[in-house]
Amino acid sequence: MKQNLYNYILGIADNSLILGQRLGELTGHGPSLETDIACTNISLDLFGQVRSYFQYAAKIAGDNRTEDDIAMLRKEREYVNVLLVEQPNRDFAYTMARQFLFDVYHLLFLQKLEKSKDLTLSAIATKSIKEVSYHERFSGDWIKRLGDGTEESKTKMQDAIDGLWTYTDELFHQTEADKAMVAEGIGVDVTKLKETYYKKVNEILEEATLEIPESKWFQKGGKDGIHTEHLGYLLAELQYMQRAYPNMEW
Amino acid sequence: MSDKKNWPLWEIFVRSKNGLEHRHFGSLHAADAEMALENARDVYTRRNEGVSIWVVESKNITASNPEHNGEMFEPAQDKVYRHPTFYDLPDEVKHM
Repeated sequence: MKQNLYNYILGIADNSLILGQRLGELTGHGPSLETDIACTNISLDLFGQVRSYFQYAAKIAGDNRTEDDIAMLRKEREYVNVLLVEQPNRDFAYTMARQFLFDVYHLLFLQKLEKSKDLTLSAIATKSIKEVSYHERFSGDWIKRLGDGTEESKTKMQDAIDGLWTYTDELFHQTEADKAMVAEGIGVDVTKLKETYYKKVNEILEEATLEIPESKWFQKGGKDGIHTEHLGYLLAELQYMQRAYPNMEW
Repeated sequence: MSDKKNWPLWEIFVRSKNGLEHRHFGSLHAADAEMALENARDVYTRRNEGVSIWVVESKNITASNPEHNGEMFEPAQDKVYRHPTFYDLPDEVKHM
């Protein structure tokens, strides 16, 4: 089994899986019918991408494991998503800020992944780029609306950006699998995305009349499986059915 | 956000396929036209229903008054001769 490639795919897919689950929590609870549907649409886009990644990973593993096993039956420390995507939906500003800070990265990442020597990853990237372009437009619009909105919406959006800023740097950390895959021309060198990322994010924040946080202290750990306290609860809900009724199907 | 009673209502028109006309699909709430387009995209075209969307703020539509249906529409009911069905068309003429 190509362990580095397997780990690399999980590193990409876990971000979409956990963010998709977070957005899915809004089903029936969105602030309005229209935004509720929009958020769950984005969630479904992400789950669709996750399925493609995990089906490929299961094939690489070459044993009997399935996409569901990979999604549902790992322990908390075995998930390698960034800390950003596991942060809870505190309010709609927070949900959109988290989405935006991830979407900008996600799109830059996919645009590079499309050029991967690995044809499966390249194909998944091509399909995902259209979806994620819309995600970025949607969340970016909300940053501007709420940032440049009322006094209350501005305060909430600024709080959300300030609170989540500390999780942005981790997006550009390289894992061992990253380094190995970059060397083979399969992976994306995320360190090279950083400058463009902050430039793009800062542009939107300025347009939204929000302050760009000055904090230089950043959280990390998710990519090594060391998570914030929020992930355990999310996984408990995600995995409940498979844990309570192993091998259940519907 | 919480005060979404202030969001105006928009009427949504979707063109299902190139060559077809836009049809009225329904209505939804949005703060402005751009948001109405995005909401319409998510509410009405997520099952691949459309290739183009128009949004019109509902207040800009002037509708006929149902109370006037008698004078507006009933006079047309017994005037079948207004349908062009009394002509013999040559077989060569198609799509009339």
